[in-house]
Amino acid sequence: MKKILSYSWLALVALFMYIPVLVLAFYSFTESTTIGAVRGFSLHNYVTLFTTEELRDMIIGTVLLALGAAVIASILGTMGAIGTFYSRSVTRTIVETANQVPVVNADVVTAFSICILLIVVFGIEKNTFIPLVIGHVVLCAPFVYLSVMPRLKQMDSGLYEAALDLGATPFQALYKIVIPQIVPGIVSGFMLSITLSLDDYFISTYTKPATFDTISTYVVNATRGAQTEIKTALWALSTVIFLVVILAVVIMNLASGRQGKRQEVSLYENREKD
Amino acid sequence: MKMKNIRFSRKQLCIPYALFLFCFVILPLAVIVYYAFTDGSGRFTLANLLSFFSNGNTIGTLCYSLVIAAAVTLVCLLIAYPVAYILARSGLKRGPVTLMLFIMPMWINFTLRLTALKEILTVLEGNLSLHPFLNTVIAMTYDFLPFMILPLYTTLLQLDESLLEAASDLGAGPAAVFFRVTLPLSMPGIISGITMTFLPAMTNYVILDMIYNSTYIMGSLIGSYFNIYDWNNGSMISLILFAVICIITLITGKGERNNAENRGAIL
Repeated sequence: MKKILSYSWLALVALFMYIPVLVLAFYSFTESTTIGAVRGFSLHNYVTLFTTEELRDMIIGTVLLALGAAVIASILGTMGAIGTFYSRSVTRTIVETANQVPVVNADVVTAFSICILLIVVFGIEKNTFIPLVIGHVVLCAPFVYLSVMPRLKQMDSGLYEAALDLGATPFQALYKIVIPQIVPGIVSGFMLSITLSLDDYFISTYTKPATFDTISTYVVNATRGAQTEIKTALWALSTVIFLVVILAVVIMNLASGRQGKRQEVSLYENREKD
Repeated sequence: MKMKNIRFSRKQLCIPYALFLFCFVILPLAVIVYYAFTDGSGRFTLANLLSFFSNGNTIGTLCYSLVIAAAVTLVCLLIAYPVAYILARSGLKRGPVTLMLFIMPMWINFTLRLTALKEILTVLEGNLSLHPFLNTVIAMTYDFLPFMILPLYTTLLQLDESLLEAASDLGAGPAAVFFRVTLPLSMPGIISGITMTFLPAMTNYVILDMIYNSTYIMGSLIGSYFNIYDWNNGSMISLILFAVICIITLITGKGERNNAENRGAIL
């Protein structure tokens, strides 16, 4: 009885979370322009999505922005984490506090403050994409820092010293000993950056060039206007993103499953040696 | 200076990031403070602050967003806690996989998910602006639910089983075990869940925009000042919001240390 109750609660919540996306996915394959009457199977939404220049540019732009911001954020955040990890506790406290600001702050406030500084005070043109990229890096880098830091803390500090004693330069020791041990943290920070950047609306609206749109800003504008063609093409986009996310989750699970097994195997081998 | 003197040190690696944080996190905040306390011609003034607190509209908006945020947070918590509890503690065979089901929506663009929700709600209700409060709460709950489930799940998963066994061995009934052991021990998760939903609910005005709501929350004020290039009043609102955020963060303490994980970093 208890089991049935709990499973039905899970099912109910899952339905609430998925029904809108699934219904839209279903209708994206029809000719209907509103939810209700089904008007026959059609792929024309997908054709529109991939052939309309405006839509294609917007999707490619969003993805490129996310990748670019994630790469910069990963490099900056990782360097920052390594540097502060070995610094005095005063430096560490300062950097950690500043790092926490964009994390807890509301996106609107972050966006507005960056917009004022870069565009109003420094007079940087939005068309240069500089404010947009900086804004996205501000959004992402703190999370890279937060993902890398725990890995550094788990690291065996003796290895770095050993590498130095064996004649490695500090740079070599860092590159060959420290970095490999924190790769999982960097990867997870990078992935998180991508999802944050893709999901962002506020930083983009406040700093983007007028002619450039990310998926979020485009969708919000499209819901204001009433162009049916575009509206139903966005249903297709939502379905495509849904499928990509499912695919990514499956791949991630398979990868981490294999990794887990490998760890088990190596544990087993170590025990054998003992 | 000879090259030999400039030795590479691990500490120096933090210089670029520290500079970056200073230029694009600290400096923007400083600029906001400056703009909030000056007028259009750059003279010091308290007018922006006073007009915020003497204007019925802005105070009303502040109260409305606090009410909205509280309602959304409560609804999210009531829905998410049982979900996280079942996923983490009822011995589901595929617990982590099922968890993914509840986390995945977090990675689908929120504007697209809201478009979907809006279509469904329109079919169910007709005109969405007839129930602005209800629809705002539904839409925000729909958007923020994964962010509440994840921290709760992480905390509940780490719960020490032996404490629960000890409680029931010592004569506590299931209800007493839950309210006096499980619930207090899951407080860290509850707190980070609350910070993950309360603040966005106060500020994420696009959700309202998309659902066609005529009422305002705090974030919308910044948006409307931004649209008319009123940097001074916009800065004042930002500053007030930032102050509210700081207060909440101080109260909840170290609750969101694991914020990277709460955003879905499960690699």
